[in-house]
Amino acid sequence: MIDLSINFGGIKAPNPFWLASAPPTNSGYQIMKAFDAGWGGAVWKTLGVPVVNVSSRYGSVNYRNTKMMGFNNIELITDRPLADNLREIEEVKKYFPDHAVIASLMVETRAEWEQIIKDVENAGADGIELNFGCPHGMCERGMGSAVGQEPEVLKTIVEWVSEAAKIPVITKLTPNISEIVYPGLAAVQGGTDAISLINTIKSIVGIDLDSYAPYPIVDGKGTNGGYCGPAVKPIAMNMLKDLAQHPEINKVPISGIGGIETWRDVVEFILLGATSVQVCTAVMHYGFGIVREMEAGLRQFMEDKNYQTIYDFAGKALPNVTEWKHLNLKHKVVAEINPDKCIGCDLCYISCDDGAHQAIALSSDPKNRIPSIIEENCVGCNLCSLVCPVEDCITMVKRDDGIENITWNERTINDDIPVTFDDDRAGGKHHYVPTPADALKHRK
Amino acid sequence: MAEFKRPTSEAEFKKNFKQKKPLMNDTEAYYEASRCLFCYDAPCIQACPTHIDIPLFIKQIHTDNITGASKTIFDSNWLGNACGVVCPTGVLCEGACVYNHQDVPPIQIGRLQNYATNKSIDDQKKLFKPGESNGKKIAVIGAGPAGIACACEARTLGFEVDVFEAKDKPSGLTVYGIAPYKITNEEVLKEVEYLQNQLGFSIRYNSPINSKDQLKGLETKYDAIFISVGLGKTRQLGLEGEDKEGVIGAVEFIEELRMKHHEVKVPAKVVVLGGGNTAMDAASEAARMGAKKTVLAYRNSREKMGAYGFEYDLAISAGVDSLFNVTPIAIVGNGKLEGVKFAKTEMVEGKLKTNMNNTFIVRCDMVIKATGQAKQGHLYDIIDNLDIDSKTRIITNSEFQTSNPKYFAGGDAINGGAEVVNAAFDGKMAAQGIHNWLNK
Repeated sequence: MIDLSINFGGIKAPNPFWLASAPPTNSGYQIMKAFDAGWGGAVWKTLGVPVVNVSSRYGSVNYRNTKMMGFNNIELITDRPLADNLREIEEVKKYFPDHAVIASLMVETRAEWEQIIKDVENAGADGIELNFGCPHGMCERGMGSAVGQEPEVLKTIVEWVSEAAKIPVITKLTPNISEIVYPGLAAVQGGTDAISLINTIKSIVGIDLDSYAPYPIVDGKGTNGGYCGPAVKPIAMNMLKDLAQHPEINKVPISGIGGIETWRDVVEFILLGATSVQVCTAVMHYGFGIVREMEAGLRQFMEDKNYQTIYDFAGKALPNVTEWKHLNLKHKVVAEINPDKCIGCDLCYISCDDGAHQAIALSSDPKNRIPSIIEENCVGCNLCSLVCPVEDCITMVKRDDGIENITWNERTINDDIPVTFDDDRAGGKHHYVPTPADALKHRK
Repeated sequence: MAEFKRPTSEAEFKKNFKQKKPLMNDTEAYYEASRCLFCYDAPCIQACPTHIDIPLFIKQIHTDNITGASKTIFDSNWLGNACGVVCPTGVLCEGACVYNHQDVPPIQIGRLQNYATNKSIDDQKKLFKPGESNGKKIAVIGAGPAGIACACEARTLGFEVDVFEAKDKPSGLTVYGIAPYKITNEEVLKEVEYLQNQLGFSIRYNSPINSKDQLKGLETKYDAIFISVGLGKTRQLGLEGEDKEGVIGAVEFIEELRMKHHEVKVPAKVVVLGGGNTAMDAASEAARMGAKKTVLAYRNSREKMGAYGFEYDLAISAGVDSLFNVTPIAIVGNGKLEGVKFAKTEMVEGKLKTNMNNTFIVRCDMVIKATGQAKQGHLYDIIDNLDIDSKTRIITNSEFQTSNPKYFAGGDAINGGAEVVNAAFDGKMAAQGIHNWLNK
């Protein structure tokens, strides 16, 4: 019997699907609608001293036929009076006592923190999330990512909050920092009960070619926004991994955020150590209904793999994420083209020839557009299999004996690495490359 | 089977002749363009007789550089807009699309092409300008696709160009001979006007060239002459009763239909003779004009038909019936046309034989002969030293130059009847040929 319920640092929820603090959690109406649709928790749009927003708030990066592959916003925290939000928190909890309602908070002074924590606790919130991530607007006023970028300040505020709060505290981190471990560690040292990440990434999603202003345009001008959506998922997962592998930080649970849209995204975040996930852009794109695809997919995955709870596989990919120096240099794969499936677009040929290692040849018969792999040139880089538009047409097949295993680290210890510019041990020393003049052969 | 009501107004005509490749809207074009794989050495380019850089213009459409897309298209094919919809793309670019190999619908290249060029034409975007004058002049005989393409290319090379056209409209079969569901008259004419506005060549209408004196005049006045006269009237079959009223050539029938639309009266029963694409068009058009029964009669088997499969399917879907292995032996009727007498044919030792013992009559009120057009031999006869082949096609070298060095030729006059796109290619290359020859 699959049980999707979670206990996230003391916050209980019927499933790990939470809405991130953002426009979809602006009101009790939206959150009730989300819970009704199947979401297990929601982080309320950040509460604080209400702001004044601008008109034109979102920008998007479209790719090929996909809208909003990347998304950014310059909206600030809630612009609604605190009392209205508190009243709605209370009402939501009345209807959905078992769902997680988490209050995202952002204020300045210790007194403000203490006051607002008391207010949301009284309203019935199950937890608090500290917004140390917002990279636009609020940071100009010393809040949001301005805090997340200063581990010492972050730690101090987490200490204030932890001291004042009776309910669990989640610290939400900004990715706009060179090393995520520092704020992560500061949060744990400050006493946080959990961490969530990532908040949005500072971004300019595009420039209007007539007005020369960045999107979203506010009366001829723009500002950097916070980037999110499917495009940021790889960045988020890497930061999640950094925290989840850290022995001191991983004592607290981590809520994964960043480009999550499908059950696959959810499973990948859990495999990297997240035990709840937060979603915003996908809901802004498709509405709350997408949770049914996530839940069905997660259940199917767990059924197929025979897992009962998400804790059965949480973090299962972490041991396999290592440093480059620990990779086996003897592992060897080469590309194989299935001629029955090949449609002759020859993208593999040109991508390899122009962008990789000149290991794919065209047929000498101009009527035959099926290319072939020059195995001795193939370094097993994957590029051809990545560009191939046909499912399972190019596969990477193993060519090593599976016995030999040597890493850069071991070779370094053995004193067996190239050390001079023309060292005979250069990895590509005997690898074929055409002569420069071959590039101009087509010229008559 | 589709049944078409006889069109009695322009609106009803348009409904019956709904465009097979309607203009794409921006959203459709955006999504369709996004599917292009940008193949290396793309097969679609190779399959296009004018070698348009198709993946490039599709990418340009997708990135909202519509002007650039049009430039890419017109750079290779001066009739790029018309070709987008009149080309048999299924056997050319779209037929070569690699998606076909995975049973995925190919990119709708023709419609994307037409989408891009339409925008530039409607916006009157200036993409081209005449080359610096080289002081030389070219006469073009025939303002069909080959002639227009030659004129455009020659203008970019700095020639002064005068086009002499026998009829009162430019673009030849594109406006007079293409089925109306492939392209409208307005669309054909606006492309030529658009090109003329940019490049400034003159077209003299109602100016057939058919006398030795005229030719001499051209030879004196012009440095080179391009023959793009296409084909002539429908050939006579030599059948008994062929001169009866109601017996009409397909080319003449289609021309009348294109010019007069719903005003053309097609009777209840029509027989179309022939198995080529023109026969399919004529049959399909007769049915769309409200003929109750349209019978397509071809002397050989279905497999031997010259028409593209999709053209035959289109005729059948319009409600046309077909008869195979039948040959007309007489047009019958007491005074007026009453029917066609056919004899069955059969293959005997690889040769088609007519069995005169097996004959029958198909009743009809109209016979459309789509059995081939005559060549413009009367003109070729009066040009000095002009070599033609056994099928009365002008012989040219790879530069489109004829045996009389001052004369170049292209289009149906040299290939005996092909697509608009082939003519467009010939015309463009011939202009370059003339340029090369005069600069030797």
